[in-house]
Amino acid sequence: MAVLLTIWALVSFGAGIIFVEPLNNFSIMGFPLGFWFAQQGSIITFVALIAVYVWRMDKLDAEYGIDEYEEEVHHS
Amino acid sequence: MTDIQTWTLVFTALSFGVYIYIAYASRVNSTSGFYVAGGGIPAPANGAAIAADWMSAASFISMAGIIGLAGNGYGGSVYLMGWTGGYVLLALLLAPYLRKFGKYTIPDFVGDRYSESARLIAVLCAVVVSFVYVAGQMAGVGLVFTRFLGVDTTVGVVIGMAIVFFYAVLGGMKGITWTQVAQYTVLIIAYLIPAFAVSAKVTGVAVPQIGFGTILDELNGLQADLGLGEYTAAFGSTNMLNMLLITAALMFGTAGLPHVIVRFYTAKSVRAARFSALWALFFISLLYTTAPSVAAFSKLQIINDVEGTAVSDVPSWFTTWAEVGLITQAPSEPGAVGAPISELAPDTVLRYTDIFVNNDIIVLASPEIGGLPAPIVGLVAAGGLAAALSTASGLLLVISSSVANDVYYKRINPQATEARQLMVGRIAMGGAIVVAGYLGINPPGFVAQVVALAFGLAAASFFPILVLGIFWKNCTAAGATAGMSAGLITTMAYMLWTIDIYGNSDGIFGIAETGFGTVGMIINFIVTITVSKFTTKPSPVMQELVEEIRFPGRTELVAKHAEGQV
Repeated sequence: MAVLLTIWALVSFGAGIIFVEPLNNFSIMGFPLGFWFAQQGSIITFVALIAVYVWRMDKLDAEYGIDEYEEEVHHS
Repeated sequence: MTDIQTWTLVFTALSFGVYIYIAYASRVNSTSGFYVAGGGIPAPANGAAIAADWMSAASFISMAGIIGLAGNGYGGSVYLMGWTGGYVLLALLLAPYLRKFGKYTIPDFVGDRYSESARLIAVLCAVVVSFVYVAGQMAGVGLVFTRFLGVDTTVGVVIGMAIVFFYAVLGGMKGITWTQVAQYTVLIIAYLIPAFAVSAKVTGVAVPQIGFGTILDELNGLQADLGLGEYTAAFGSTNMLNMLLITAALMFGTAGLPHVIVRFYTAKSVRAARFSALWALFFISLLYTTAPSVAAFSKLQIINDVEGTAVSDVPSWFTTWAEVGLITQAPSEPGAVGAPISELAPDTVLRYTDIFVNNDIIVLASPEIGGLPAPIVGLVAAGGLAAALSTASGLLLVISSSVANDVYYKRINPQATEARQLMVGRIAMGGAIVVAGYLGINPPGFVAQVVALAFGLAAASFFPILVLGIFWKNCTAAGATAGMSAGLITTMAYMLWTIDIYGNSDGIFGIAETGFGTVGMIINFIVTITVSKFTTKPSPVMQELVEEIRFPGRTELVAKHAEGQV
């Protein structure tokens, strides 16, 4: 989880804001790279981060032999 | 009636019919159905509902305009990163644990984890944030009706209220959830079709996320010629410190907004809560990666259409929006109202820098600006209505459940029968709809300012005590109450001190009022932790529970607590 949050901070605050000017010197498919991170890349990375997290937690659940999948809809 | 009006009427009537049918099919008769849809919503549907709930009239109607027109293009990135990055925090730090804790609302979690006085502060924050927000949604409904169907704003808002009243009062959260799934479908189709069509037309690449790269050079050149600075240049309109603070305030605010968090209680299980967050951000990213391309295409088209054109030769989209006063001459000072275009002589040659285009028209006008046919314009209008109504209904549910569950049932009449609680919930919902409608017809002047500030307030008040409540078993009630109050008060004070219409000060270090929520949040963390060190620890049972909600699976204590036996 710490790794995922580090990546979260690096793509948004890092690539999108703090290092945007040096990154803008590079460009891919017409996009200055820092600008691309700020408007597209960070969002795509966020989706990937949650996907990795969900997948890891599923594996962890399986290791502990948890199978809550279809029961549990209780509320107070 | 013009073609555009006919098609708008067709799409609006069709979509409203679908919403009403769904509401009728999913009517409820239990409090758990009313507050959290019985907790039985599958993850993809819950994700779509979160996405619709979250993407308001502001995301659908205004965001592309803010990115493209206000300042340069890069400055708008704070919204793109801020409003999506918060979901990473939600998914990793809050959603699964809150779902495991059980309960119905944020105030319910706060009241249970900390104390009853903390619950009341949380209710107050949730209700204020929600009402401010909902006023903006209702105003958006009015805008769409006025422009596309030519009816009075009041009539438009009343029609919107009647629809929401029907599905929210009848079906509660269950009705709202399934209606929001339909509304997401309508709004995303309405957003993507014109964006794909314009991208294909202008660049030959149908995917706007890619096609938008090919026009940036041209746009940079045009903007530089007009003396506006390059579109993609960093820190053209906002400096680095404020970019960081505003992005953070929007991220942490997103993770603390009551109408989003309540959605994780509607998930079927903890696993479904995690998957809901993934689906939600995926559905949101479809619109959020498209919005910056819509912004860039529209700006390019507007500059090309307007610059050097005589008033008598402007395209029809320009004339129609000028007639409703959303395109004017540039105002003499920021915030003032510009003179109408019609005052200019027909042979005046326009300069882009001499006109003022309202942010809100970019998306609604993009099909017309791109020269797309009337049915698509009608579809976009229906999409704007879907975005506004879905968010409004989610917020109204937060208000009614805060009043009916957290104030009436938990504080005033704990003996109330289920039927009675449900009745109070429905009455609260009806009352909230009437107030929201009134605010939509007569929006108080500060709404636009405060909506952006609501995130700062949510970050400064809720986020720290939610995270600490889950990850730190020694966080005490006194600590949380002091932290929430300190974060909220300093943030509100700074906002009042710096906002144009009140204090109009430069503040400290030039920190923008929209970014101060991040500072308020840090103050909240420090105060909560310090006070917690010196005050009575939570009960042993609560400490154990806080430890156990982070274990994989469900221990006996967690299960008992979720069923209300602890």
